[in-house]
Amino acid sequence: MFGSLDWSTLQQFWWLIVSVVGSLFVLLTFVQGGQTLILTVPKTEAEKNLMVNSLGRKWELTFTTLVLFGGAFYASFPLFYATSFGGAFWVWLAILFTFVLQAVSYEYRRKPNNFLGQKTYEIFMVINGSIGILLIGAAIGTFFTGSNFILSDYNLSRWTHPLRGLEAAFSLFNLSFGIFLVFLARTLGALYLANNLQQDQLVPRLKVSSFNNLLCALPFLLYVLIRLVTMEGFAVDPQTGDIFMQSGKYLNNLLEFPLTLILLLAGLVLVVVGVGLNRFTASVRGIWPAGLGTVLTCLSVFFLAGYNNTSFYPSKYDLGSSLTIYNASSSHYTLTMMSYVALLVPFVLAYIVWVWRQMDTEKLTDAEIAADKKSY
Amino acid sequence: MIEAIDAGTVNWARATFTLTAMYHWIFVPLTLGLTFLCAFFESIYVRTQNPEWKKLTKFWMTLFAINFAIGVATGIIMEFEFGTHWANYSWMVGDIFGAPLAIEGIVAFFLEATFVTVMLFGWNRVSQRMHLFSTWMVAIGANMSALWILVANGWMQTPVGMVFNPDTARFEMQDLWAIISSPVAISHFAHATSSGFLLASLFVIGISSFYLLKKRHLQFAKRSIAVACVFGLFSSLFVAFTGDEHAYITAREQPMKLAAMEALYDGMVPSGLVAVGLMRPGVEPGGEEDPFYFKVEIPGMLSFLANRRFGSFVPGINDLVYGNEEQNILSVEEKIDRGRMAVARLADYKQAQKNDNEAAAAVALAEFDQHRDYLGYGYLESPEQAVPPVGITFYAFRVMVFLGTFFILLFLVYIYLLEKQQLENRPWVLKVGFFSIFLAYIASQAGWLVTEVGRQPWAIQGLLPVNIATSNLDTTTVAISFFLFLAIFTVLLIAAVKILAKQISLGPEGE
Repeated sequence: MFGSLDWSTLQQFWWLIVSVVGSLFVLLTFVQGGQTLILTVPKTEAEKNLMVNSLGRKWELTFTTLVLFGGAFYASFPLFYATSFGGAFWVWLAILFTFVLQAVSYEYRRKPNNFLGQKTYEIFMVINGSIGILLIGAAIGTFFTGSNFILSDYNLSRWTHPLRGLEAAFSLFNLSFGIFLVFLARTLGALYLANNLQQDQLVPRLKVSSFNNLLCALPFLLYVLIRLVTMEGFAVDPQTGDIFMQSGKYLNNLLEFPLTLILLLAGLVLVVVGVGLNRFTASVRGIWPAGLGTVLTCLSVFFLAGYNNTSFYPSKYDLGSSLTIYNASSSHYTLTMMSYVALLVPFVLAYIVWVWRQMDTEKLTDAEIAADKKSY
Repeated sequence: MIEAIDAGTVNWARATFTLTAMYHWIFVPLTLGLTFLCAFFESIYVRTQNPEWKKLTKFWMTLFAINFAIGVATGIIMEFEFGTHWANYSWMVGDIFGAPLAIEGIVAFFLEATFVTVMLFGWNRVSQRMHLFSTWMVAIGANMSALWILVANGWMQTPVGMVFNPDTARFEMQDLWAIISSPVAISHFAHATSSGFLLASLFVIGISSFYLLKKRHLQFAKRSIAVACVFGLFSSLFVAFTGDEHAYITAREQPMKLAAMEALYDGMVPSGLVAVGLMRPGVEPGGEEDPFYFKVEIPGMLSFLANRRFGSFVPGINDLVYGNEEQNILSVEEKIDRGRMAVARLADYKQAQKNDNEAAAAVALAEFDQHRDYLGYGYLESPEQAVPPVGITFYAFRVMVFLGTFFILLFLVYIYLLEKQQLENRPWVLKVGFFSIFLAYIASQAGWLVTEVGRQPWAIQGLLPVNIATSNLDTTTVAISFFLFLAIFTVLLIAAVKILAKQISLGPEGE
């Protein structure tokens, strides 16, 4: 089935898969966003515990999706994996460290004799939800603003900036992208928690919080969108594979590839609808339209970066070294084999949904957390 | 020309990866085995409906969760470290190596991550059967994860199912099934996972023995020991069987590693197995010095283990480095010469391509093809560089084997005393059982030392030496990352141990 597809089709298919996994990861960063809310939203220790326990039942899925995102990139576009991780060394290590700290924080937070104290583990969670997501946003921003690397004839990379990736955070576009993702994660976190908890004092505050965080996200979103449609982009000559700067490249992509524009607009509208639903009605189900909207918006961003003869990981230092889905991918055979493996993804999604439904049929309450000695 | 990276950078990158892998492997084997033990305990509870078994299950799940969290934390670093610290490797073999990592994510990690929440928090939210099912899924997910990562590691030890593509300057996959079904991968998986079962069994037995010594939770402890002993005995026998098979395969695929495991410098017919020996430090390949101060040898046994024939030849380090015409073994020097030819012709090919000189490219490619199998040797600086650190490999192998044998005896003693209802009256046995927790960790780490140190200097056996596999980083950057990893992992390890110790002191009554 997949073996008969030509290489470029498989490369495009795998960019789609990476985009879907990346978009699902952004949706699942509601966990990280929720972690930052524990500083401001809860008024009592019991409320904080309730929030942490609700998020703690989902953190592993976010974590696993990040691991899969890395694995999928490695298997399908290994030149990106090698160039970005080996080059933008410090930014990736900083991101990883925040996730390492998160991984132990839930389990160790309230365990007796936990060495660092409850407050420290909560700070770890906040660091993961703020700095971790901000840096991920800045790293994704470089898909549009470019990075500082050069490839040898053997496709081995050398980073040319001494800050080794941290310089991405000094670009206003990248920084805005990162801050937007942080507020989006906080918005999603508040929406998720409002839907998952049964607590009369806390839920109304979460509903307001989702609205406020969306308001905070908007200026950064607007800046990112305006820059995107006005900036020069990294275009690929389909005949020669050469990379060149093209004015209005990403605007062209939106217009020449209308699905991207539709996804972007529909996604943003759905996020607003979700937040509005929670803020202005009695409903707490805003996470569903907002979650779907987040996935559609992120898909649009990935499509903008990779499709329509665009370099998804451009080099500012040496345009010729820029990565495209065609020059950075795995071989035809590997993409074919991995495409068969990807057929398992719907089954994986199906059992995740099934288990979530089983676990979340009843909302989480203070009483359940208080009665459970294993609670986080 | 692919340039060799500064030795300081390479060594710090190796140290960082070693540190990460050894920390990660503190937690992984316990996860692999304890998930199955929890599944056994819970199955007994569901079958008997005895609430004591439920309490027992929940206690071991609590310890599992503490261990699992830090295992996850160190695991994510492992995956991304291939990119951050080993970027050249990631490009040159990513076409092959990335696949098992991605498959691991799809088929194993999600299974584990999805059902572990049900296992830990679903007691009152899902049916009893659903909960039991979830516990089994966590055990299967954790072990399936091990399968894929060991397939990846097995391929690094014995690369199969691929070809070097001079146009992309990387190795590309040709046969996924050959990689998955490689005897080295299967043998790795069987040996490593069963050693995890063994370690987890000793963990349960050790902590239960502690309770028996303290005259606390007696029934709980004896029930835990009964299940763990049976699981541990079968696992330890399987570890011995797969270990033997693994050594047999190593003799075929990585003879230099086997020679280092035995500190065998000069191959002979027949070759004896060194049961006990004290090595003389500083012995170099090609030297005249006896590598041992003393040794106790089992005559012919190494020949038998390596070739299943007592009178067979087992090559030593000197045979492999300097060649042995009689045994048709090519010297490393000859391989290096051929490898350098391959490297030079590859450079010619790339240059000819740049110049659009098709004729010159074809000539260079034809000559490259004659020597391509030795490409990796072209990056070695001397024949002696092909020899791994012999002392570490030799002693680590003996530690692993002696402890593995001891564990079989320990399980038998426990089963006998439990059957005779004498276990509580044998405090010295209980003390040995308790301290065997630490011995199990030592044996487990020693096993990986043999596997990984014994294959140096290769990132991919025979194809890609470590000195061209790392990222193009300066030494200071990599050294700083090492100390950052060391600090974070150590703090988290201390936290994990303190929390575990507290939970153990609270005991099952804390559930």
